[in-house]
Amino acid sequence: MRLEPKPAPSLAVTLAYPAGAILATLAIAGLLVLAAGASPLSVFTLVARGAAGSQFALLETLTRATPLIFTGLAVAVAFRAKLWNIGAEAQLYAGAVLTVVLGTGALPLPAFLLIPLIMIAAMTAGALLLLGPALLKTRLGVDEVVTTLLLNFIMLLVVSMLLEGVLKDPMGLGWPQSERVIAEAKLPRIVQGKRLHYGFVIAIVSALIVWVVMKKTALGYEMRAVGHNPEAARFAGIPVNTVLAKTALLSGGLAALAGFSEVSGLKGNLTLDLSPGFGYTGIVVAMLAMLNPLGVVAAAIFVAGIFVGADAMSRTAEVPSYIANVMTATALLTMVTAIMLTRYRIRWR
Amino acid sequence: MIEALEILFTASFWVAAIRIASPLIFATMGELICERAGVLNLGIEGIMVAGAFAGWFTVYSGGDLWAGVVVAAMTGAAFGLLHATLTVPLGLSQHVVGIGITLLATSLTYFTYRLALPEVTSPPKIEPFQPLAIPVLSDIPVVGPALFAQTPFTYLAYVTVAVVAWTLYRTPLGLALRAAGENPAAVEAQGISVTATRIGAVMAGSALIAIGGAFLTMSAFNSFFFEMVNGRGWICIALVVFGSWRPGKALLGAVLFAAFDAYQVRLQQVTGSVIPYQLFLMLPYVLSILALILVARRATYPKALMIPYQKGER
Repeated sequence: MRLEPKPAPSLAVTLAYPAGAILATLAIAGLLVLAAGASPLSVFTLVARGAAGSQFALLETLTRATPLIFTGLAVAVAFRAKLWNIGAEAQLYAGAVLTVVLGTGALPLPAFLLIPLIMIAAMTAGALLLLGPALLKTRLGVDEVVTTLLLNFIMLLVVSMLLEGVLKDPMGLGWPQSERVIAEAKLPRIVQGKRLHYGFVIAIVSALIVWVVMKKTALGYEMRAVGHNPEAARFAGIPVNTVLAKTALLSGGLAALAGFSEVSGLKGNLTLDLSPGFGYTGIVVAMLAMLNPLGVVAAAIFVAGIFVGADAMSRTAEVPSYIANVMTATALLTMVTAIMLTRYRIRWR
Repeated sequence: MIEALEILFTASFWVAAIRIASPLIFATMGELICERAGVLNLGIEGIMVAGAFAGWFTVYSGGDLWAGVVVAAMTGAAFGLLHATLTVPLGLSQHVVGIGITLLATSLTYFTYRLALPEVTSPPKIEPFQPLAIPVLSDIPVVGPALFAQTPFTYLAYVTVAVVAWTLYRTPLGLALRAAGENPAAVEAQGISVTATRIGAVMAGSALIAIGGAFLTMSAFNSFFFEMVNGRGWICIALVVFGSWRPGKALLGAVLFAAFDAYQVRLQQVTGSVIPYQLFLMLPYVLSILALILVARRATYPKALMIPYQKGER
């Protein structure tokens, strides 16, 4: 068999294949639900209702989408330049650590100064954490996939060490958790009495900024050029290594904001289970969005809806909530296949 | 200080080192086969999780221990087939597909575990492989017990290295496999299908990776629990690079790495609680990164690694 490039696909085709990918994902998930002895239709209804069936459900989904927008943007930016940042999880924790270091009373500043300061510090930490692997890649040719992956494990142990050491909450009854951030370091809630916080707004604004950077600036153009063909980019006079370093700073900074927003907006303190794999799920989000920064927002809400909905569903139906993880992983694989099929035609001879 | 050095001369230390090395040896050989054929298999971490569960669950459901190994291998090969279908004929990004396979294999395993054992609070145990001392050889001081008083599963790891090395360098199949990763056009010129060779390599490699996972639940421990693979897959990818894509060197790397790992556990006991235990736990990951940096300058990747092959294309 051979792959032949298709002429520029029409809008209908561009939308039909991803829709097919989602249907295929639902079909596979449906089989698993059947295997669990439940009815796919009723389970999917429960998931949908749990994700968007009420104001509470919808706000919960947006709350869960917030960190995914940040990690999704981080991955989208990096993958666009073919910098394989699989370490958003570690960068998220780096941001969270800085948030509790500065936000638990060390700096007695008013909120309008303290919050931007914490954001800058968190972004710097995440950016530097990814700069290391990026420099190892450009200077020594060390594959960044493995280094960023391994840093996830190292970072989690660093956090564990900090939470049992210098950052330990003296009132924590021995649990490995940090002190709570002071009121001035807290992001306010959007709706009184609900969990959705201004981290969501910061996430949307970040997506807009990243979109502008990617589409309207020289850096965005250079990142795409490097991602498309590094040799050609170098030949065209683009400083490939510098562009990759800048990409790393941007990507790591964005991922760190996920940690900041989770601590500052939602949890209030740092624990070892702050992130249930938001860094890895960010990869799914970015790919579903076809690396488009604005698409990341939609994809993050969709993925968050699956998780929130599955959590609600598993409380009543006898289907493990891990079905959400299976669905997102399946969606990732079917979506990359669908995107390929919109661009190429398979010839069997 | 003396105490810290004495550890190195105890037989129990080397027994532990070889035990820790065994799953890494399987998975490293599996990854090596994939990469020598030109396919980076980032599904490794998830396939190890799936293999660990499949092997354990087979035995838990009343199967024979070796049947567990076979089922684990078949599970791995199935995920390998999925990986290869997407990355070889369809030429999709090996990075993205690999991560996708890891996420899929892990979540499917957790889903199945919860489905099969909804009510368990502590993971059920099985009767794992027992050590089987080989007469005469196991009587050699230090080396004997370390190498020849292990479980049969570890002996299978030795055999695997020999078979992989022999196949790669002494058979036409191995030549075709290596050429598929270096110069695929030359393979096609010989009338051998690059696509078929690569798909076969990824399936065989993934089977070995899954067996590596099964070692954890069927020989090193006796039950399955979440997070048990804990980055071992990623470490094996580093070991393949460290071993310059050669089975012998990769084996050496795995044993060296495992020795460090066994050493840090014992050093922890000697130093007490002066040094935070997390620093010791970090060591394997830090070592892997250092190993990559160490060999970076002279690393010679298979030339066609991660480059999809299309017949008739230059």
